[in-house]
Amino acid sequence: MRLSPDEIIFWQYGFLKLNATIVFTWALMLVLVVGAFLVTRKLSRDLSRSRWQNLLEILVTGIEKQIAEVGLREARSYLGFLGTLFLFVAAASLATIIPGYEPPTGSLSTTTALALCVLVAVPFFGIADQGLGGYLKSYMEPTFMMLPFNIISEVSRTLALAVRLFGNMMSGAMIIAILLTITPFFFPILMTALGLLTGLVQAYIFSILAAVYIAAATQTRTPKAAPKP
Amino acid sequence: MLIDWFTVGAQVINFLVLVWLLKRFLYRPILDAIDAREQRIAAELADADAKRAEAKQERETFQHKNQAFDAQRAALLAQATDAAKTERARLLDEARHAADALRAKRQEALRQEAEQLNQALLSRTQREVFAIARKTLTDLAGVSLEERLVAVFIERLEAMNGEARDVFGQALETTTEPVRVRSALALPVAQREAIQAALNRRFDAEVSVRFESGPDLIGGIDLSANGQRIGWNLADYLKSLEQGVDELLRTKDQPGAASKPAASGLDDPTP
Repeated sequence: MRLSPDEIIFWQYGFLKLNATIVFTWALMLVLVVGAFLVTRKLSRDLSRSRWQNLLEILVTGIEKQIAEVGLREARSYLGFLGTLFLFVAAASLATIIPGYEPPTGSLSTTTALALCVLVAVPFFGIADQGLGGYLKSYMEPTFMMLPFNIISEVSRTLALAVRLFGNMMSGAMIIAILLTITPFFFPILMTALGLLTGLVQAYIFSILAAVYIAAATQTRTPKAAPKP
Repeated sequence: MLIDWFTVGAQVINFLVLVWLLKRFLYRPILDAIDAREQRIAAELADADAKRAEAKQERETFQHKNQAFDAQRAALLAQATDAAKTERARLLDEARHAADALRAKRQEALRQEAEQLNQALLSRTQREVFAIARKTLTDLAGVSLEERLVAVFIERLEAMNGEARDVFGQALETTTEPVRVRSALALPVAQREAIQAALNRRFDAEVSVRFESGPDLIGGIDLSANGQRIGWNLADYLKSLEQGVDELLRTKDQPGAASKPAASGLDDPTP
């Protein structure tokens, strides 16, 4: 049984290979970027605007508001990273209604890559906000004895991010595959609908957790209670 | 092995490229558009606020001006009314004065006319009475008027009662001046003697007499001594006649003079 779209390899040349994960990722990127380009190509700055523009504005301002609610002061500077996380994971989940599609987030390699990006982004934004000393000092809060625990926490939460998303997406695809063999037609449709819901929830959780980690690294002075998944 | 490290690296790169692309094509233009719209709305709201404030201010200014205008109009109206009242009072006064002057003038003219008429009547009456008396006396008695006058004078002298006679007698005794007998015409000698004889007889003394003539007596004889006077002449009659005529005219004048200005309508003008 196939657990990951990594295993579908279209082309390989030694170390280099082109598997389904990368191909579907590219396809998603293409759809997202071209869609955004087509809408934003003729943006209206007046009071009346197109429906697509309205949709994108709701999306962007909604993400911005969510980031601000987590407690990040300058929501716009994190919008690129956190918003793209959400949009990519959500689009990967929503596209599962297309037959023959394999979500790239169902590959542990993709989720690991995203978790690694978060792992790097947290100190990056933390240092940008507090400076190197201020950020490193936050590892010794409340006392220096907490340093190893803080480091373990940093690594383990990255692993948790990757495995949580992978597990959810992979399990969704796998349940549908199993159900298809047992009870075709009805249950797979139900589970696909459920999979869409869990996919969106996972996208929300992933990006909100990333936001909370970044907020914890940047907002140590006035931390705000963050929602836990 | 579930993790393919080449795929991980490729996905990291893919993700970073996606971040950049979406920033470029999605977030920035959308946020710019939203910001521009918000700025525009804010500007329009501010503009509306400014216009509202301006309108309010203009309305207040207009109201102030209106009030000032009303007050000014009322003041001007009051001033004009006062002026009209003053002018009306002045014109009424003037008219009243003019009416008074006219009435006085007319009364004066009337009075002068009456006086002239009176004078003419008097002189005419004098002449007529004199002429009639003379003619009558001449016709009836066949003697001259003077003779008859002397006769009447002597009759009166004779008929003088006790008290008057005593007073006159005392006057004659106390004076050294001669008794003055005046007549309208110079008396003939016979009549002078008759008067002398009558005086001597009446007062039982030799009375010295000085005869004088004065046309103002018209007719008749007048005797005066030491402030006492006895006489009978036409001038006295005429004087009493004149007084009677005067009184008659005055009583006729007064109701006429009072009614005429009232009839002119100027006495009580009503606006």
